[in-house]
Amino acid sequence: MSGYSVEHATRSSRVGVAVIAIALVVLATAPFWGDRQTLRLLAELFTFVALASLWNLLAGYAGLVSVGQQAFVGLGAYLLFAMVILAGVHPIAAIFIAGPIAALVSIPVAALTFRLRGAYFAIGTWVVAEVFRLLASQISVLGGGSGVSLPASVVIAMAPTRTAREFELYWLALGLTVLVLAAIVMLLRSRHGLALTAIRDNEVAAQSNGIDVTRVKLIVYVLTAFGTAMVGALIFLMKLRVSPDTAFSVNDWTAFVIFITVIGGIGRVEGPIIGTIIFFFMRQTLSDLGSLYLLIMGAVAIVVMLWAPKGLWGLIAERFGWQALPLQRHLVSTPQDKS
Amino acid sequence: MPAILALESIAKRFGAVVVADGIDLSLNEGEALGIIGPNGAGKTTLFGMATGTVKPDSGKVLFAGKEITALPPESRCRLGLARSFQIPQPFSGMTVFENVVVAAAFGNNEREKTVYSRCADLLERCGLADKANKRAGGLTLLDRKRLELARALATKPRVLLLDEVAGGLTEHECTTLIALIKDVRAEGVSIIWIEHVVHALLATVDRLAVLHGGKFIASGDPHTVIKSAEVAEIYMGIAADA
Ligand SMILES: Nc1ncnc2c1ncn2[C@@H]1O[C@H](COP(=O)(O)OP(=O)(O)O)[C@@H](O)[C@H]1O
Ligand SMILES: [Mg+2]
Repeated sequence: MSGYSVEHATRSSRVGVAVIAIALVVLATAPFWGDRQTLRLLAELFTFVALASLWNLLAGYAGLVSVGQQAFVGLGAYLLFAMVILAGVHPIAAIFIAGPIAALVSIPVAALTFRLRGAYFAIGTWVVAEVFRLLASQISVLGGGSGVSLPASVVIAMAPTRTAREFELYWLALGLTVLVLAAIVMLLRSRHGLALTAIRDNEVAAQSNGIDVTRVKLIVYVLTAFGTAMVGALIFLMKLRVSPDTAFSVNDWTAFVIFITVIGGIGRVEGPIIGTIIFFFMRQTLSDLGSLYLLIMGAVAIVVMLWAPKGLWGLIAERFGWQALPLQRHLVSTPQDKS
Repeated sequence: MPAILALESIAKRFGAVVVADGIDLSLNEGEALGIIGPNGAGKTTLFGMATGTVKPDSGKVLFAGKEITALPPESRCRLGLARSFQIPQPFSGMTVFENVVVAAAFGNNEREKTVYSRCADLLERCGLADKANKRAGGLTLLDRKRLELARALATKPRVLLLDEVAGGLTEHECTTLIALIKDVRAEGVSIIWIEHVVHALLATVDRLAVLHGGKFIASGDPHTVIKSAEVAEIYMGIAADA
């Protein structure tokens, strides 16, 4: 009876992992081959990969279509500036403290927004983000509505030279994004991930097969807030300045993130990575066109939603049966059991 | 002997459509009950109310003597109440094997690794072994129905609710299915089986009940029930819209 084993890896996932490993080495050495402009662009790209991956977990897997994740980006940013300016915490330490605090804050937020379903949930999350933005603009020690810059002394204390600081921030962005992605992959490979993937595919069946759907959703919501706030803290540490309008921007931290996830492939880990690359490519090549570029992006999103509703990666994965990451469980019957 | 599953004075309407008009039903431990009735009689809705996906307007659901009316579907499943969906509800993006692992791990509250070999055996029993690593979304309707059965069994149910699993099977496949259900029963699982394929029911169940107009209009020995004039009349109706 025990002639079975279960494997996660497939040929495509072995290739995928190898490609990812090579990409990581190349990216980790970027400070030695890339100029300042490239580093800045890549670091920004990493943060979008992280944000989109987190939103994908929330909306693509748990079915929680939030348009208010900027609440946690901004919360992370403001927590960092508050800790650094008011309590003298080291900025990098502040990033990691912002995560758990945001996770705690997300619990009462969930208690409120989880009462709403579908579109009402989406609107609810956006309202919460707006409330956060208004609250942030009331904090006069952090510049109120016009925001505040990181004190020069703190910036200088981070690293001896500007170049060294930029390297540090670059590696921090890469490291945090890898951390977020690794955490997501580990979550999906765990027991919770099994439940989450089932919920992604069919909530009614998930419930009827013993999964406490609400509990899993709550866990995902809290974890996502945790990660999103850390990424938000880092984004604004890189910007060296925070204001309510930039930190709680629905455009930057939700609209673009949804665009990325949808064109890349919602409900798949690979989707947001592909989507971010496409998004940055489009932004770099089309940004001269001014506001026309937003129109073109909108058109691309509509075309993808109509012809490839599972995104570009979804199209590829379904046609070729690929998975770039070893997430699926494959049943292998072992040779001695050939009866 | 207390009933393993009981519905007491269950009422349910969708707008003007009354699908349950004070239904009482009790399933004894180890019993296999068949339910027939015309399309739209409310058979599937009855399973929904038993398993918690549909809320009755009034009435009680009891499992092994305990009231479970307020329990969510996942808790009822873990108590040992499993169902197959008439319209299959696979986890389409997951493999067939993973579908069954989900049911086994969560429906019976076990660690993932401990359920693997049980799931592999179940796929074998349900005729899905060669499709274990296929995406469930790509299965044919027949295989989806098999998957429904495999998943329900994976939760290690005490009561198994089957909703039209025999439709569309060949003679041979139907015989295999009947054998499988008899096996499950022999293991002590109590069964309610909704089915239009009457000969499959007659070969399997101890008791047959007829749902019509929101009520059970007949219940008893399967052969007697099926021969009664009233049932024959309703079945003319089924034949007409089938
Ligand atoms: N969620 C629902 N909303 C409205 N009407 C429903 C719903 N579910 C079932 N019905 C109606 O209730 C009646 C009984 O349906 P169902 O339980 O599926 O019958 P059966 O399984 O006996 O064919 C049908 O008329 C159906 O259209
Ligand atoms: Mg039905």
